[in-house]
Amino acid sequence: MIVAAGYYMALAAALFVIGALGMLLRRNVLVMFMCIELMLNAVNLTLISAGRALNDLNGQVAVFFILVVAAAEVVVGLAIIVAIFRRRSTASIDELSDLRG
Amino acid sequence: MTDFLWLVIALPLAGAVLLHFLGRFVGEPRSGWLASLASTSAFVVALVAAWPFIQGGEHSTTVLLWEWMPAIGANLELLWDPLAALMVLVVTGVGSLIHFFAIGYMRGDDRFHRFFTSLNLFMASMLTLVLAGNYAMLFLGWELVGLSSYLLIGFWFTRPSAAAAAKKAFIVNRIGDFGFMIALMLVFTAFGTLSYAGIFERADEVLSVGMATAIGLLMLVGAAGKSAQVPLYVWLPDAMEGPTPVSALIHAATMVTAGVYLIARSGAIFEIAPIASTTVATVGAITALWAATIALAQRDIKKVLAYSTISQLGYMFLAVGAGAYVAGVFHLVTHALFKALLFLGAGSVIHAMSDEQDMHKMGGLLKKMPTTAITMGVGTLAIAGIPPLAGFWSKDEILGSAFADGGWFSALWIVGLVTVLITAFYMVRQWVLVFLGEPRWSQDTSPHESPRIMTIPLIILAGLSVVGGLLNTPFALALEHFLEPSFEYVTLQNPPEGLAMFAVLAGLSVMAGLIGGGLGYVAYNRPKERWLDFEDGFEPLWGTWEQAYWVDDLYGAAIVAPGKKAAEVAAFGIDLPIIDGAVNGVGAAVRRIGELARPLQTGYVRNYGVLFLGGTLVVVIWLVAGS
Amino acid sequence: MVEGILFVLMAMTALAGAVTVVVARNPVYSAMGLLGTLFSVAVLYVAQLAHFVAAVQVIVYAGAVLTLFLFVIMFIGVDTSDDRDERLPKQRFWVGIMAGVIVLLAGGITLGGNFNWVPAAIETNPEATNGTIQAIAEPLFTDWVLAFEATALLLTISAAGAIALAHFKGQRS
Repeated sequence: MIVAAGYYMALAAALFVIGALGMLLRRNVLVMFMCIELMLNAVNLTLISAGRALNDLNGQVAVFFILVVAAAEVVVGLAIIVAIFRRRSTASIDELSDLRG
Repeated sequence: MTDFLWLVIALPLAGAVLLHFLGRFVGEPRSGWLASLASTSAFVVALVAAWPFIQGGEHSTTVLLWEWMPAIGANLELLWDPLAALMVLVVTGVGSLIHFFAIGYMRGDDRFHRFFTSLNLFMASMLTLVLAGNYAMLFLGWELVGLSSYLLIGFWFTRPSAAAAAKKAFIVNRIGDFGFMIALMLVFTAFGTLSYAGIFERADEVLSVGMATAIGLLMLVGAAGKSAQVPLYVWLPDAMEGPTPVSALIHAATMVTAGVYLIARSGAIFEIAPIASTTVATVGAITALWAATIALAQRDIKKVLAYSTISQLGYMFLAVGAGAYVAGVFHLVTHALFKALLFLGAGSVIHAMSDEQDMHKMGGLLKKMPTTAITMGVGTLAIAGIPPLAGFWSKDEILGSAFADGGWFSALWIVGLVTVLITAFYMVRQWVLVFLGEPRWSQDTSPHESPRIMTIPLIILAGLSVVGGLLNTPFALALEHFLEPSFEYVTLQNPPEGLAMFAVLAGLSVMAGLIGGGLGYVAYNRPKERWLDFEDGFEPLWGTWEQAYWVDDLYGAAIVAPGKKAAEVAAFGIDLPIIDGAVNGVGAAVRRIGELARPLQTGYVRNYGVLFLGGTLVVVIWLVAGS
Repeated sequence: MVEGILFVLMAMTALAGAVTVVVARNPVYSAMGLLGTLFSVAVLYVAQLAHFVAAVQVIVYAGAVLTLFLFVIMFIGVDTSDDRDERLPKQRFWVGIMAGVIVLLAGGITLGGNFNWVPAAIETNPEATNGTIQAIAEPLFTDWVLAFEATALLLTISAAGAIALAHFKGQRS
């Protein structure tokens, strides 16, 4: 028996919402970053499931690319966090509001 | 010979460019010498190029330098004919002498090299004007001359009066230029080209009398502006604010003759329009008398000469209006010689008197500066029309031609004759006031003869003023034969034939000159109180003349004041509240909208995240609802 | 039947891990929660025959990325000062509204009964999307070779950028 794609979609949606909530409610930069990863994973899951449901291998190829980009993003993002921390000694995103209009 | 003709313009222009950029390093005396060298070389080149004309038998040629706008006949081309050659020789010859004079006169000025830059620029402009082979290039030179005149009148721009005078000259000239420009447009409409070659040959077949009259009158407006004729002469007396060599070069010898040159050059058009020609002559005669009476009562040594210049230019207009083009150009040449001499002499006096220009504070300078006094005396006699000096021959030819025309021109002839008398009177008055009688200067000025760099040009010009008239005497019409190729499309008006008529006419004008001069000598070779009484005897006429008929006040009240008022209304009534208001209003509106949108930019990443997610949701809902 | 049991188990652990990421005050716990989610998702990949991607997920995410996260957490110190009260006005209000909208949307779609999304294709050929290394490599090096090269460039640039940022000699304020 095969689990229908809809259930995977529902799980992905739940993971995405949890990630988005964390992203919007937490102030720790690192935790926000992890929430982004959560959301990316949710999207990856939908791609895998849709690829299987549509009988198309390209879904998995797309996930592969997203993984690569996510890895690159993590590298740069963490470097930026470290740089900011060296300068400002804080990991709270609300302290970094210099671009206020 | 004409292959190197472009050098005539290029040499002074190169001098101007060089001095503009490097003048500071060239230093004081040397930049003057450099400019003089450029001017003198131009003279030499022109002389070489003109040699075939002087020998006779050479045809006029057109030298095409660059095809600028061939479709409308506006190329950079030089017309090399006897008239242009004569003008170039006068401009470069007299100009060079004045350059040398200026080296002495401008000594010690902070902006010495600037002065010579402008002087060379003026030379190049004036030569462009007279060498032009079409009206477009002539207009280019015409405007450049106006510009360099502006620069030179306002050379001492730290004086408010000099700055104002420069502005006035420029603006009054613009009024004339306006007429000239319309004339050029009419010419183009009629002929389809601006090239001399395409215009003068066909003038009598293409132009109707009405069109020719319109063109002629509009050209007269332009010429009256540049050549300081009634009613546009008011800028020239003020232009005396410039350094004296400038007055000599520009406002006596060369630039102001551009109007005469223009009308002489356009003779073929005026030939068809008798009304326009008569108007030119009448304007000339009125100007001659008008300015001469003003000159009578001036106290400023340069103002006398300025009004005298206007008056003499009136003679030239009278001549070209009467169809006596050769006589007009002849007077142009002789006047350039003796008026440059008189101005340079005045400059020498002013220099000696430590910049004093009031003749009431001079007197008795004959012993202190004999060279200046004698050369200026020669100039005075020449302008007064005493034979055999230059002025006599040219003025006599003009008066004779006017007389020969008959009719209305007889009246103009009488005006001219009266003006001869007045001219002689005020010139002798000036010479006597400056050089004879008791010294009236204050103790701390010590007049002295000018250095040789200034007196040598004076002596040369005095010599030329004596012999210049021999160019064209009734006994040997050398100049007329020389200029004939330039006036092939017009019928020249000449003085009446015969020695007897000449003797009568000449006798009349000489007598007028002698009476005027004699009266001037008798009236002013007396102590100061006596001639002051003499002047007071003519009140209120004398005061009117001294104030130049209050024309400046009239123009100020009638034209300048309403103009200023209108500008004020436009600036503070229209521009400030409406135009500026609209611009500022747009700016303020943008700013206010910006203020409204500003709270959106909180600087908090999480706020942005909320907005971002919200926007995404809206798009998703829209897509879901749409499918 | 096996997939069904796996799905239920792994969905629970994934959700639990995700909640831990968001709720835990200590970032280290968050990282551990993320680790749980990543593993669970990897298992779900395997359940859907995406073998290669599952392997990459474990190696890259659970291995490299998470280690990097822990490194940085240790480097800047375990900061537990992230208190619970919200200082941005209306932030929680709007977040709540949007979460509700998403849940409603997902619930609507779910209850709309479209779970069996084109299942016929899988039934006829369940092995068509068997993501073995060979199966992934073929489209990757034919159809997507340009994008593949571009990712190589991207990784190089990000590595260089990270080094440049790490060398940043700013003054502490």
